[in-house]
This record gives sequence, C-alpha cells and structure tokens, in this order.
Amino acid sequence: MIPLSWYLIFSAALFCLGLFGALSRKNAIAILMGVELMLNAVNVNLIAFWHFHAQARSEPYVGGLAFATMVFVVAAAEAAVGLALIISAYRRRQTIVVDELTLLKG
Amino acid sequence: MNFLSDPFSFIIHWYIGLLQSLGLPPLWVDMISKFTGAVVACTGAMLFVTFLIWYERKLIGRIQDRFGPNRVGPWGIFQPIADMLKIFAKEHITPQGADRVAFNLAPILAVAAVLMLWSVIPFTVSVVGADLSVGFLFLIAIGALGEMSYILAGWGSNNKYALLGAFRLVAQLISYEVPLVLTALVPVMFASTLSLTGLVQAQEIWFIVLAPAAALIFFIASVAEIGRPPFDLVEAESELVAGYNIEYSGLKFGMFFVAEFLHAFTMAMIFSTVFLGGWRGPGAEQIPILGFFYLMLKTFAVYFVTILFRGTLPRFRIDQMMDLNWKVLTPMALALVVVLALVDPLARGLGSFWRVMVLLVANAAVLGVADLLIRRAQTEKERKRPILKSPDVAARALPTSSDGGVSQ
Amino acid sequence: MNGLQIVFLITAAVTLFAGGMMVGARRMMHAAMWLVLALMGVAVIFATLQASFFAVVQILVYVGAIAILIIFSVMLTRRAMEDEGQRVLPGWRSAALVAVTLFAVLVGFLATWQGFNAVLVELPGDAENLLALGLVLVDPQGYVLPFELASVLLLAALVGAIYIAVDRQEGNTP
Repeated sequence: MIPLSWYLIFSAALFCLGLFGALSRKNAIAILMGVELMLNAVNVNLIAFWHFHAQARSEPYVGGLAFATMVFVVAAAEAAVGLALIISAYRRRQTIVVDELTLLKG
Repeated sequence: MNFLSDPFSFIIHWYIGLLQSLGLPPLWVDMISKFTGAVVACTGAMLFVTFLIWYERKLIGRIQDRFGPNRVGPWGIFQPIADMLKIFAKEHITPQGADRVAFNLAPILAVAAVLMLWSVIPFTVSVVGADLSVGFLFLIAIGALGEMSYILAGWGSNNKYALLGAFRLVAQLISYEVPLVLTALVPVMFASTLSLTGLVQAQEIWFIVLAPAAALIFFIASVAEIGRPPFDLVEAESELVAGYNIEYSGLKFGMFFVAEFLHAFTMAMIFSTVFLGGWRGPGAEQIPILGFFYLMLKTFAVYFVTILFRGTLPRFRIDQMMDLNWKVLTPMALALVVVLALVDPLARGLGSFWRVMVLLVANAAVLGVADLLIRRAQTEKERKRPILKSPDVAARALPTSSDGGVSQ
Repeated sequence: MNGLQIVFLITAAVTLFAGGMMVGARRMMHAAMWLVLALMGVAVIFATLQASFFAVVQILVYVGAIAILIIFSVMLTRRAMEDEGQRVLPGWRSAALVAVTLFAVLVGFLATWQGFNAVLVELPGDAENLLALGLVLVDPQGYVLPFELASVLLLAALVGAIYIAVDRQEGNTP
C-alpha cells in the first residue's frame, strides 16, 4: 500500500538531520542525540527492507528483524557509555562544549 | 446474542448495526465505533475513580479508627463528587518562569498513559479493546509515557522541590521496572504468548499457583510503580513538600490525582489478569458478563491489599528502597526466571498436579535461598558495624565545623 | 491515497519536524523533548510496517530508557544547558552542506535501484513471527554469535558506564 520509496526517503532525511545535528552542535549531549536519530533512521530502513523481503518470500523470514534487534542493543550501550563519558568530562572540566575539550590538541 | 448474558457485545453489535444502517462506508463504521468505544471506556474509567477515591478513603479511615467521609450522601459516597466540584472551581496558577507547554502537557500525558492501559485488558471472554499480539509488552512500554509526564511536570514547574520529586520518582520507576519486567517473563514463559487474551486463556491453573514467588515480586514492584506507600518517597511531605505536582492547582492537580488512583487500580487489574486468571471463573465462558464480575472481584481483592499496605506500612528511606530493588528483588527475579525456565519444561510432562508441586518446590527453593542470603548479609552487617562508644570515634564521625559548617 | 498512506505522511512530517526542531533548539531540555517526539514518530512508522513488536520495543527502550537517560544528563550538566551563546560550531555551514549532499546522493542512488518503486503489500497474519525471531537469535545456524556478542557488549557497557561515572573523590572510595 505504501511504496518502499517513501520509507527510504523518510529514513534518508532522518539520517541526514541526525548527521547535521551530530556535526554542527556544540553541546556533547546534542551530538549524542543526533547519533540516536541516525540509528533510528537505520532501523527504519532495516525494518522496511525486512517487510520488502518478507512479502517476496513464502516461508517466514526474520533476518531483518534480527539486525534491528542488534541495532537496539548497540544504541542502548552507546547511550549508556556516551552519557557516562559526558558526565565524567563535565565533572572534571565543568564544560560539555566540544570546542572547549581540547586536551588532545597539539 | 443474548442481552442478559453478554450485554457489552450486545450493545456493540447493536451500535455497529445502527451505524451500518445509516449507509456509512465500512471504514467509517469501524473508525466511529472504535472512537466511541474509546470515549465510553475513558469516561467510564474517569467516573469510576470517584468511587475508588471514596472506597480508599473509607478503608483508610477504618484502619485508622476513624469514620472516613460520612457527610455527603449515604455513607459519604458523594464526597469525591463534592471534592471534584471544589477542584473545578479553583484557580489555575502557572508559576513564574514555568515552561508553559511542558507544564500543561504533563497532567494530560499522566492521565492518558493510564487510560491507554485499559485498551488492551480483556474484560470478558468477548470484550477487549485491542487484542495486540504484544499486549503485555505494550503495558510496560506505556509506563514509559507516565515517566515522561512526571519529568515534564517536575522540570516544567520551575521549582526545585518539584524537580527533586520528579527525579526521585523517575529513578524509582526505572529501577523497579527491572524486576517487574523480569517477573513478567515468567507468565509469558508459561503461556508462550505476549497477548493478554492468550495469557488469560492459558490460565487453566492460575499462574499465582504455578509461580507464587514471581507473583510476589511482581506485586511489590507494581506497588512501587504506582508510587504508593510504602514507596511514596516522591511525596514525602517532610522532605519534599509535595513532590512533582507541588506547583499544580485546580483541575491540573486533579488530573494527577485521578491518574494516581486510576493507575493503582489498573495495576491491580493487570496483576489479576496476569496472575489471577483475569475473567476466568466458573461459567465465565458461557455467560461472559460473569467474567467481568470475576475480574472486578479479583481486582478489588488485590486493590484491597495495596490499601492495606498504604494503611499499615511506614515509608522507606531512599537507600532502603534502592537496596530492596537492586540487592533483593532483581537478583531474586533473575534467579527465578532461570530456575523456572529450567524446571517448567521438565515438569510439563508430569501431569498438572505434579507440575504444580514441582513448580511450588522450585519457587519455595528460590525464596528460601534468598531469605537465607538476606539473613546472612544482615548478621554480617551487624557484626561489622562500628561501635561508637569511645568519645574520639564519635567525635570523628561528626562533621567538623571547619569545612564550611555554620558556627553559632 | 488510502488511510495508511495518510497516517504515514502525517507521522513522517511530524517526525521530521521534531527532528529539525531538536537539531535547532536552543535549550537542551527542549531538544530532548523534541527527540522524544521524533522517537515516538519512528515507533508509529514501525507500526505501519506491521512490526508491532518493534514499535513497542522502540517506546520501551528509546522513550523509556534512552530519552530519560539523556534528560537526566541534560539536567546534571545544567550550567552548559543555560549557555546562551552560539549553539552551533563555526563550521556548521559545511556540516549542512555535507548533510544535504549525502541526502541527495542517497536518494539519487536508491532511485536507480529497480526495487525503489516497489509497493509494500500487507503481510499475512503472523508475519512478524516472534517465535521464529527468538529461535533464529539462539540458533547456531542463525544469529547466535551476534546475539552473544551483543549481550557481552551490554555487560561491558554496564560495567564501563559505572566505572567512568563513579565519583572518585578523596575519602570517597570507589
């Protein structure tokens, strides 16, 4: 009923929005939010392709869903570690503006 | 279709027939009938809360050796309606510096998150809002919306007590979600379905008989999820004034109040659906309306126990609450899931009596080991506790006045 | 244009709008709230794809855990939240250029694929077969290795997050 192209264009747009947020924002948490948006766009793509393949086959097909599960797990782990790092950095440097965290700059 | 034995289905069929006779296309008939059903269910639930409030206040009054409300109407049954009128007439106050969108969205979300739970609960053999294949997971996911509403309320009111209360509440809800979800796995494992209708159908033997330990953990976690005493640290008056809803007045406060009572009742209903067999009972499949009465009977029994908790138990301290969750309930739930996942397939071939016996022994074993470990940990703690008898140790334990303490 | 398409279009518009507002919001708390709206929109998109399990898990994991984690850290780093200065890096124009170019390239390449215009039809009843998904996740012929790796990753993330975030000050033994 809904063309596959709609989902692909939607997820591409969501991915690029997330990418723009991750590249342009100063605040480290905002960058992490952008990354979460990108992961969501990937999941939309995975599940749309799962639907596309499942309707072409006769036997039950769950491959794409298994991949989407992995993406959920990775997103959860990434959020936990990323936010712990940000809070730790904030505690030591009193800032989470990525421009000011320049300890590794030569 | 007999009106007396199944009035809900009768009315629904009559209503759909009426819409069809008006000549509407099937899609519109479907949409209008579902929308009407949702409106009726939500309104019914909201009106039902007035009765719940009276019931709870009366019971708490009896526990505390008072009469409870007894002025408005017979036995004071119209007291909540009088309260409601008072709350309608109150002024809406928006605090200075509040985030208007978040502040006004929060009470709506709080009520909506509770009412959405009613959409998947099977009331009788034939009446269920939406028989989702992932209904049970849906119930837990909707809890997340409730958490969002508390954060919005706490942050939107621009008040530090509200924010502290919201922080506490959300920390509590997220923590207790872990044992709740883990023990929810047990009935899902027995029934091998996530659909609530399927769960009820599978309870030839109530799951509380098969897994009493799981039911116990689920019940404690669900009491914590609704923020009722003894888990009511969110509104610890002595510490936080009133919790996340301190800045709310009038109808908006009323919505939080309604959401809390309805959530407590709905949690009791979920417990009786998942562990006490839902609408199951003698004759409930032939005469569906009996199923509704059975469900209400079980729900009120469970709700009665939550009120007994509220009336008799003192409030936990925040560290005790977290200890109970992370050091007792979560490990116990994990152990229980693993043990039952191993034992149940083996016991399934034994016939129902021996299956029940084997599962009861497994449950008792988990509970017994947990009890043993807790006792041992407590004696260990007693043994290691420093004895503050000598004066210099006691002095060192007190904060010194040099580190910014107020000297008077 | 049928009902499902209208639902999809409205949801997609709301989700993209929320994503845009999230990227542009000045206050971090507002950004987090727009993120929640975008995540819920994605859950509805999953539901239109008949992946109801993933729609519910999306709400449970993202809204219930990740978004709340993000809101907590926004509140814990509040001084930065009230930063009223420039909220974007100096090179944001090139970032925008990269994003727009990537979008054009992605859509351009996808449009040349012959499956691009395929129409997704309704799957039969129990297509999202949770039992099959569960079995394939622990099947040695299936995805048991990624599954086990994911569980180890989660454990490592748990331990690592606690180790990084624990407050190690004098006299406060970790």
